Amino acid sequence: MNDAVSAPALQVVGQRPIRPDGADKVTGRANFGADLRLPGMLTGRVLRSPHAHARILSIDTAAARALPGVKAVVTAADFPEPGNQAVEAGEGAATLRALSENCMARGKVLYVGHAVAAVAATSADIAEAALGLITVRYEVLPHVIEVEAAMAPDAPLLHDDLFTKGVTPRPSAPSNIAEKISLGRGDAAAAMASAEVVVSGRYVTAPVHQGYLEPHACVASAGADGQCQVWVSTQGHFAVRAMCAGLLGIELRDIRVTPAEIGGGFGGKTTVYLEPVALALSRQCGRPVRMVMTRAEVFEASGPTSGCVIEARIGANAEGRVLAAELVLKYQAGAFPGSPVGAGCMAALACYDIEHVAITGYDVVSNRAKVAAYRAPGAPMAALAVESCLDELSLRLGIDPIELRIRNAVRPGAKAVYGATFREIAFIETLEAIRNHPHYRAPLGPDQARGVACGFWFNIGGESSAAVHVDEAGGVTVVSGNPDIGGSRASMAMMAAETLGVPIARVRAIVADTSAIGFSATTGGSRVTFATGMAVVQAAGKVVDDLRRRAGLIWECPLDQVQWQGGQAVCTDPSKTVKPLSLAEIAGRSARTGGPIAAHASLTAQGAGPGFAVHLCDIALDRETGRPTVVRYTAAQDVGRAIHPSYVEGQIQGGVAQGVGWALNEAYLYDADGRLLNPGFLDYRMPVASDLPMIDTVLVESAPNKRHPYGAKGVGEAPIVPPLPAVACALSRLVGHRLRELPLSPPVLLQALDQPGAAG
Amino acid sequence: MAWVSSVDARVRELTGGQARFEVPAATVRGLLAALEARWPGLGAHVEADMALAIDGEIHHDALGEPLSADAEVVLIPRIGGG
Repeated sequence: MNDAVSAPALQVVGQRPIRPDGADKVTGRANFGADLRLPGMLTGRVLRSPHAHARILSIDTAAARALPGVKAVVTAADFPEPGNQAVEAGEGAATLRALSENCMARGKVLYVGHAVAAVAATSADIAEAALGLITVRYEVLPHVIEVEAAMAPDAPLLHDDLFTKGVTPRPSAPSNIAEKISLGRGDAAAAMASAEVVVSGRYVTAPVHQGYLEPHACVASAGADGQCQVWVSTQGHFAVRAMCAGLLGIELRDIRVTPAEIGGGFGGKTTVYLEPVALALSRQCGRPVRMVMTRAEVFEASGPTSGCVIEARIGANAEGRVLAAELVLKYQAGAFPGSPVGAGCMAALACYDIEHVAITGYDVVSNRAKVAAYRAPGAPMAALAVESCLDELSLRLGIDPIELRIRNAVRPGAKAVYGATFREIAFIETLEAIRNHPHYRAPLGPDQARGVACGFWFNIGGESSAAVHVDEAGGVTVVSGNPDIGGSRASMAMMAAETLGVPIARVRAIVADTSAIGFSATTGGSRVTFATGMAVVQAAGKVVDDLRRRAGLIWECPLDQVQWQGGQAVCTDPSKTVKPLSLAEIAGRSARTGGPIAAHASLTAQGAGPGFAVHLCDIALDRETGRPTVVRYTAAQDVGRAIHPSYVEGQIQGGVAQGVGWALNEAYLYDADGRLLNPGFLDYRMPVASDLPMIDTVLVESAPNKRHPYGAKGVGEAPIVPPLPAVACALSRLVGHRLRELPLSPPVLLQALDQPGAAG
Repeated sequence: MAWVSSVDARVRELTGGQARFEVPAATVRGLLAALEARWPGLGAHVEADMALAIDGEIHHDALGEPLSADAEVVLIPRIGGG
């Protein structure tokens, strides 16, 4: 059942047209990152570190260079000395130096899989053989993997120059703790002391990968004139341009980046790994270079999200009103600073109106691949701790879990812990949508239990550009600068069609390269339908103004007497007896009314509305094997207004599927030497369709975003937040005690069933 | 005149511990200049690393955004996403 709480009176927005990218994708016609072939193209391969932590004593590439067919070899020595300026690279801080050293190790290797050298050759076999001819001498150093071990005073240090930020006075010694974050208000300790019920726990989650099906892939080509082109699978081709320019000392204007069709990103394709390396190889030999990661490389060398440890303490009165919350969040950043702990701190308690709060966060480096953004970065782990505590409170106090949350939920006008005051939000309505759903009252089967959990994500706006062109037959092309990772071509076309008053079938949307459209920030943060949608609506509005002007010119009628109604110009001057002019009719006479019809809009979108999600999860547990099965799942979300409801439902269902995998199966497993034991989908088990039931969605549309012309809010990230606690809470009820460490795989659950106090 | 506050430790460090203060400004640009003049480093920190919740609405890179009389401005860390 998919149920919209209220339906808008619009012609195109809110409908479910066939997805424009569907035919290409199911017939194999879509061009992904690895599909491009250019004349003279070489194959690039990367030599990666076998050690988790080691000093590089020397790299000898002479034999590899001498191998027939090898055209280029690069190491860090072929990259300019990087500066410490900040770069946008998804969630979390990053410096150009860290980005450069992550793409190609300089001085030390910091994780197994860290790139050390790369070659370009006339075939993949020759490239592989050349890698075997590169001699790297290492001095192996002690390594550290887990977050709390990395925080210990005697832990092996990854960076001699890393001093903890956010601590006064500045520490005198380096540390693996890159930053300490403190947020808070009120007097949490005093309020906690006055609480009638206090629940607490130490929660642990494993690093998990975004699991996009398409590996990182690109083709780079540097011309003799210095002009460079990159074709790449990315969420942000303007960011790829900026990073490549910064890492290689190339002017932005000399790099043109074309986004390929993208086979999943989920935040993991907001930074660069291969692109600057391919470009460096191409610059050395003057030929195009194609690079594609293997699946093992994707797991070992591209960012998962943080594993973490969270200590949570929440106190309430007997009526279930939360009085105080204290959280300590420790997030792995991987080999370089920049975990999403800041966002985790801010999102952790955003659903609730709590007067006294103390939150401390730690961003910690260790000998793993540098983390990258993953849907709602940092929030799902924090939600596991907070929502599990609320579940415990509801059990201890005998209060219905939704009722408990309603008593504490933020409402419009409430000030979030992180500082913002909520405006158009529908969290209460979302909670009530779940409470009123038949699922909430449905009886459970034997060995089944139900979990409830909430989630929050900020959503952002930012810089976007769009253009709208009308062809001479009245067809419309919408051009944007955002790779389509979640249906944005459909939603852009629909918003343009709605604004122009034309059928959706007459509108096509494309994604342009960096030279063909104005700057657009990366597709991420659930920003595109909101921010780029605003640019599209503005551009389409300019086209409408131009169409009215042209109709007035044809009719010899003043502009204020020409209206645009239902996709045609209508003359309101009673002295004129003229028929309305359709878009196609005006377009057919464009040469005589001022030339081609087109408009462009660029903006920085402000006022993105936050998203709230409430999930309900029924799980069955096989007590003999420990196998958990999700038997029913319902997800409600405050979506503002759904532009294309099927895509919104798809976002919610996808977020749930990934969150369930995070809760039940997924984890990075290491051996004693810091080598990843499961760098492939056979051993890194993500849920597939047969593992999940149909995920039921409820789109709550009672609080459209007033800043957006059609009320859109971001929807792509909030739905991955509640599944971790929803699953854990249901399984905790089944085993009879609180489960605080993910993943909850069958061996873990069997062990939990064997513990004292477990439900038989 | 804007009322500025923050839960960010770095802001409090730069302001000598003040978590809420009054700043004469009619736009975000004016606010950043006033912060920098009063506490050197704070305006630059806010411009580079922070977003502003102006009367409850989050803004990034909004130099021209007007501030109403008695506007409530909360300095918050920048938010990205996946």
